[in-house]
Order: sequence, then structure tokens, then C-alpha cells
Amino acid sequence: MRLFNFKTALNFMKLKWPALVFSTFLVLGSLVSLFTQGLNLGLDFTGGTVIEVKFDQAADLNKVRTALGTSGFADAQVQYFGTSQEVMIRIAPREGVEQKAIGEQILTAINTVAETPVTVRKVDIVGSSVGDELKEDGFLAILAALVGILIYVAARFEWRYSVGAVASLLHDVIITLGLFSVFQLEFDLTVLAAILALIGYSINDTIVVFDRIREMFRKLRDATVEETVNEAITSTLSRTTMTSFTTALTLIVLFFMGGAMIHGFATALLFGIAIGTYSSVYIASAVAVILGASREDLLPTVIEKEGEGTSAL
Amino acid sequence: MLNQNSIWRYLTVVVVLAVALIYALPNIYPNDPSLQISGTRGAEVSAEKVAVLEQALTKENISFKSVVLNKGQILARFNNTEDQLKAREVVAAALGDEVVSALNMAPATPAWLDAIGAAPMKLGLDLRGGVHFLMEVDMKTAMDKNVNDLVQIYRTDLREAKVRYRSVTPDLLNQRVVLAFRTAEDVAAAKAVLSKKDADMVYTEADDNSLVVTFSEARLKALREDAVAQNITIIRNRVNAIGVAEPLVQRQGAERIVVQLPGIQDTARAKEILGATATLEFRLVDETADVQSALAGRVPPSSQLFNDRNGNPVVLQKRIMLTGNHIVGANTSFDENGRPQVNIDLDAKGGSTFSNLTKDAIGKAMATVFIEYKPTDKKDSNGKTIMEKKEEVVSVATIQARLGRSFRITGLDAPGEAQNLAVLLRAGALIAPILIVEERTVGPSLGQENIDLGMNAIIWGMLSVLFFMVIYYKWFGLVANIALTANLVLLIGVMSMIPGATLTLPGMAGIVLTVGMAVDANVLIFERIREELAEGRSAAHAIHEGYNRAFATIADSNITTLLVALILFGIGTGPVKGFAVTLALGIITSIFTAVVVSRLIVNMIWGQRRGTSLPV
Repeated sequence: MRLFNFKTALNFMKLKWPALVFSTFLVLGSLVSLFTQGLNLGLDFTGGTVIEVKFDQAADLNKVRTALGTSGFADAQVQYFGTSQEVMIRIAPREGVEQKAIGEQILTAINTVAETPVTVRKVDIVGSSVGDELKEDGFLAILAALVGILIYVAARFEWRYSVGAVASLLHDVIITLGLFSVFQLEFDLTVLAAILALIGYSINDTIVVFDRIREMFRKLRDATVEETVNEAITSTLSRTTMTSFTTALTLIVLFFMGGAMIHGFATALLFGIAIGTYSSVYIASAVAVILGASREDLLPTVIEKEGEGTSAL
Repeated sequence: MLNQNSIWRYLTVVVVLAVALIYALPNIYPNDPSLQISGTRGAEVSAEKVAVLEQALTKENISFKSVVLNKGQILARFNNTEDQLKAREVVAAALGDEVVSALNMAPATPAWLDAIGAAPMKLGLDLRGGVHFLMEVDMKTAMDKNVNDLVQIYRTDLREAKVRYRSVTPDLLNQRVVLAFRTAEDVAAAKAVLSKKDADMVYTEADDNSLVVTFSEARLKALREDAVAQNITIIRNRVNAIGVAEPLVQRQGAERIVVQLPGIQDTARAKEILGATATLEFRLVDETADVQSALAGRVPPSSQLFNDRNGNPVVLQKRIMLTGNHIVGANTSFDENGRPQVNIDLDAKGGSTFSNLTKDAIGKAMATVFIEYKPTDKKDSNGKTIMEKKEEVVSVATIQARLGRSFRITGLDAPGEAQNLAVLLRAGALIAPILIVEERTVGPSLGQENIDLGMNAIIWGMLSVLFFMVIYYKWFGLVANIALTANLVLLIGVMSMIPGATLTLPGMAGIVLTVGMAVDANVLIFERIREELAEGRSAAHAIHEGYNRAFATIADSNITTLLVALILFGIGTGPVKGFAVTLALGIITSIFTAVVVSRLIVNMIWGQRRGTSLPV
């Protein structure tokens, strides 16, 4: 079976400007959303208390809210988690109150409205200082990953490609963050892990294309830079699609079968892989081409003139 | 000739996969509900206890799989959790409070696998249930105490050296002591006196005839290290008292401590125990009292009967000479005769009290009493665990001279004993209190559910990829599938072998993701082979070129992904670290299986094929 079988290369680079405009639009939109409404940060980053309990019967959220309200937790967010029997309660960190007392107080309050005592599934209490540090660490990790890749690609290829690769990675990260911001999906530590995994995935794709560009420069001596890039992208298109497809397949399985804890993770990666595949075709190569990547950059002139090596003797 | 498999390739593949398979094997055996019985405060359980326990269990008609003594701990396995819970009561009744028993799920690894060190993967708290605490050492409080102590010390020192001062005041905000004098000569004299006694502080003269004393960087660091180290020791002791199988108490960063207690459900109880205070008291031995009559109930009214660690009775005076909160430090060293000793430092107030009290007690025996609050299984009307006070004499020593701020306890038998005493002395006085900054509890049902979810995702993710690969690449797809299966076995084998690798739910997601991404290498190779064939090469040449050319790309693209996984490992905690580990290992194992293993099979079947067609 074969998905693509092109006789001639597709002219990807013809669309490089529209693609860049489209991407810039998405990136700017994401940035606007990130700066205006920000991310719906999870407990890991904000600190506070999250309790998951399981009722014997379907729970009445309003009753739970009222019970919590009378116990002094009017700010509690109460929602179903997975099924209608499972309820998640989230409370912002408070000053002055001893953290450890909160969990017990909440449980007592919930049990007043439950017919039989609820089963505690999970209790997470995170101090706000820990959350702040994680925010900083998470940001640093993404930065470190990008700088590491910038250096590696510059060493293995050339600075223009390196800039192209990092531009496409930034593009993927910002747009995925934008998705979480626009729809206010919860951004927790697993989503941060997904974003880093996405960087890994996307750079993988980009390097496969770059490798082929180098090879095509060697093979097609008379072609222009754009023709060569088109040739490289076309010949790797099967592979790009296949790998994206199998990875997406497993992520769809994760999304539907991995449980509520993995939802954010699967969402981020699934979306990120679609964006990442597009960006390694368009953004990475297009940026390198626009920056003036040429044959000579990747192929050092190794052909020695005849006799040159011996004339010194 | 092209595409020959060398003997080395066969050997490598067979050996690597066989080893991985053997080490992955323990994961398929179920766990036995069991009890892990260890001595209180890390003491070893003696061999006789095994027989005692077996008899007690038989008497109560509780069937057990085995009762084994290993590394000073007894492991008793049962057929079901019901027996396990009943047996816990039997243990308490039969072996008393010399031991602590912890409920555990012991892997039922067969003996031959156990013998080569094969064990199942360690599961994270999100999969096995339990409590995770992140604690922070409260350095502010510790520093305040230090500054206040210095004020006392300086006053005494200056008085003794006859240097006149106007005031010695603590500046808690800036963590320093400010001394005010009348003349510049006094300032210089004070500086000379104090710096001679303690060269580790920074003494700065100010214009208005005052001297400012601050902590040097080295001193600050040492104080912090001590506070963290001491808290870790104390927490370890207490965790042992709770009875937790495989607890983790580990330092994280400069001032934090991670405590993980797998299998513990009652967090409230765990917190009470971890937060409970132990204290220490020095009392004089009542040498006039007769131990035998005291045992018979005739204790003098001013005295009290205690037991030492071996259960021998000791009669002590009721009057407490000093309590442990005056102890600043305790460490071990050796005396002039090369025998172990414990050096104790008191704070200024403790030092002067002690000096007054020991003046008239030279030649008398002094006992050190360790007081601990141990949790019981009973709860009071508010649902709080009732704590039982346990008092124990940990050392009896004769006072040789008038004791001051620093003194030592000599005449100990073994370095181990000295070490133990020092730990107990330190435990009696917390240098710095700890605060719980993060707490995560995972219920046991959620843990099992997470395992089931993860397993399902891995199985279905794997099946869908396997199915797709066969459809798309036909017979070569089948080869890729063998490589993918080998990759999973290899990954699980390696995860089981590496001591630090822990499987978490995000880690399981990482395995699923690895399955999806691992086929990438084979996809690259097969696409390459298709291209080579399309260019008219022979089948054998296409295979040769396909593998060789794809390899550079595979290496390049995976190194960058590995880089990201390493960074993730560096910043991540708990579950996310688990994800980073599976991702990084998955990359390495998938390169091996996709390149080496699949090449071996492809070479074997199609390596010498002449025509220009391949079932790819």
C-alpha cells in the first residue's frame, strides 16, 4: 500500500509566504490570548488543594457546593471528574490557615451531604511557593530544550537551519499553549511534559527533512535551492505522514482510554503533532530558505584540485 | 557479499533480548499480600521470632504462604488481604512493640529470578496508592534561635573577659547581633575576645562604637546542612515507627525533604506521627533506691522507675536536670583511649543551668531519658489518633566534672552505640521545625484503576499500530512489528533493571507514545528501501542502501529528542520524571530494535534476493 507516489516534486515553497502569514497570524492570536486571558493553570502551578472523592450514588454538585459554602469554602470549584459519582473539588491556596487542616475540613463538609461516607480517591495539597517555582522551572526547561536544539542543529547543519528549526518549534509551542489558553483547558504538569515531548517530536520531523535537503543538494547539482527543498520535502512526505499517523493513532487511544488524568496530555500532543508536522514542512524549511540557505552552506568544498596536495613536497 | 549477518549481530541480538526478557519476566507474576516486620528504630529482628510468629499464626488458624527472615526483617506472605489484616493483629500480640509491621504487596518473583536480582518495575505512588509529602525546613525559626543564643553567649563571654558593654541586642530581621560599647577601645577588646572564641563569624566595627556580628557564608551553609540532615534523620526514625514498606525519605534542593509512604491511606495519622515531637531529659540516678523493691512497687516518692533499652529497670530522680531543647548539637568521636564518645553542645541557657546543677553532682550517675510519642491504633472522640508516651533510658554515665556548654559522654561500648545515642540526642531537639508544603494522597482504588487504564492504553495503542504496519508495509510491516514487540520487552526489561526507574501513569503514557514513535525508524528505513527500488536497484542493494542511509537520519533526529527527555528528567518531579525516564529509554531501545533487530530479520529472509521486488 502506498499513500503518495509523486512523479515530480510538489512545489511546497511556492506557498511559503502564505504559510508564513498564516502561521504568524496563529502565533499572534495565541500570544494575544496568552497575554489577555492567560492559561488556566492547574494545581501544580497555582498551589491550593484538590480533592477527588467518589460517592456511592450520583452526586448532586449543588448540594456539595452549598455544604462547602457553609463551611467557609465558598470559593471552591466543584465539578464531575470522569463519571457523575466522582467529584473533584478545587480550592485556592489560603494564607494563614494551616494547609493540612483544609483537606480534613473539606471531607467533613462533603460527608454531611453524602448518604454514605465518600471514598477519598486523591488529595493534593500544594503550597503556593512550590507552584511558583514550578512555573519558573517549566519555563526554563522549555528554554533549555530550545537552546540545546539550537546549538545541536547549528553544529550538525548550519545556523540558518538551526534558526528555522527553533522558529518552527517556538511556533508549535506557542500555538499549542494558545489552544490551551483560548479554550481555557487546564494546564497542569502533564501538559508541560506533553509540550516538551512535542518539542522532541517536532524536531525529529524537522531533522528528517533537513537531512534530506542536504542529501538532495549533493544529488541535484543543477537545481535551485527551492527546487531542492521541494524535492526533499516531497520524498520524505510519506514518512512524515506515516509517523504522524501512527503516533496520532496511539494518542487517540490514550485520549479515549487513558483516563481523565491523561486527557490534557493527549490533547496537547495530538494537537501539537498536527501543528508540528505542518511546521516542519513549512516553517522550518521556509525560514531557512528565506534566510538564504544555499548549497555551499551544507556541502563544504571538499573537492581538491589535482596536484594541490602534492605540490608542497 | 551484501547483507550478511555477522555472528556478532546474532549474538548481540539474542543476548540482549534474552536478558531483557528474563528481567521483564517478574512483572507478570502477581503480588502477595504480605507483612513486613522490622525491629523498632531499625534494630534487627532475631531468628527466633520467625518460629514464634509461625506458631502464633498456626494457633489462630491463619494460613500463610511463607515466613522468611531476610536482612534483619521478617517477610510473611499470605493468600489474601483478609489473612494479611488478621495476621497484623497477631503480630502485635505475639511480638509486642519491639517490632513494627507494615502492610505490603510483596512481588511473588520465583526464587531463580530473585537469585539473579530480577524484580518487577517499581510503581509510582499514583499507581500503588500512598502519600507524598514535600517538607520544607523552617530556617527562619532556626536562625532566630541561633541569633538569640549568640546574644546570651556574648554577654557571658564579655562579662568573663571583663569588657564593659552597653548592650547586646539581637537583630532578627537581618540575622545578626549588634553590640554597643562606650569607647572604641572596648569595641576592639570585645572583637578580640569574641573572634578568638569563634573565628567563624564576621565581626564588623561600626562608627558609633558598636560591633556588628554576622554569620559567615560557610557558617550559614553549615547551619542549613545540619538542620536538613537532622530533620531527615528524625523523619527516617519516625517513618520506621509508622511501619511502611519501602518508604522514601530524600533531600530535594537546599531546604526541602521528600517523604513518600506507599500504601499508607490514613494521611492524618501519618502527619501526626511525622510531626510528633520527641524530647530528651537528663536526670540523676537515684542511687539510694533499691531496684528490687522499686520493682515490687515501692518507689521512693521523689523517684520514678524507668526501663533502659534492654528492658532493665533503673530508678531515676523525678527532678529533671535539663530538657533536650537546650541541646544544640551532638556528634560522635573517639576519646583518648580510642573508645567511642558522644560530644554534646548546649545553648547558653542550658549551659549555665547545667553547670550549676552538676557542680554538686560530681561522681554521681546521670541518665539520659528519651521520650517519644508513639501512635496507637485507638482514636479519641475527635477522631485523632491517641499518642502513647514512651520513655526509655538510653544512657547512664557518671559525671566526672562540672559540666558546661560542651560535654561528652564516654565509656560507650561500640561506635554504633555512640552513633545511635547521638542521633537520639539530636532527635530530642529539633534545630529547625519543618512545614509541609505539598501533600499528595492517592487512594488504593485509584492506583489500581490507573494501572488498568495504562495497561489498556498500551495494549490497544500497540495493537492499532501493529495492525496498521502490516496493512501498509505487508511482510516488512510484520518485521517492524516483531521489532516493536521486542522494543516493548526491552523497555520493560530495562525499566525493571534500573534501580531509579519508577513507572507512573504519565510514564505509561510515555510507553504508549514510544510505541507510536518507535515505528518511525522502521518507517524511515522502509520508505528508503521503496525509493531505492523505485530507482531500479536490486532488492539486495535496496536493503543495504536503505538501512545505511536511513541510519544517519535516525541518529540525528533521535539525539535531539533524547536531549529533550534529559531536560524533562532534570526539572520534572514524581510522575513527570517517570515520563521522562520511559521516553529516554524508549528512544534508545527503539533505535536498537528498529535498526539492529529488524535488519537481522530482513537480512535473513530477503538479504540475498536477486530481483527488484520486495514485499515492502
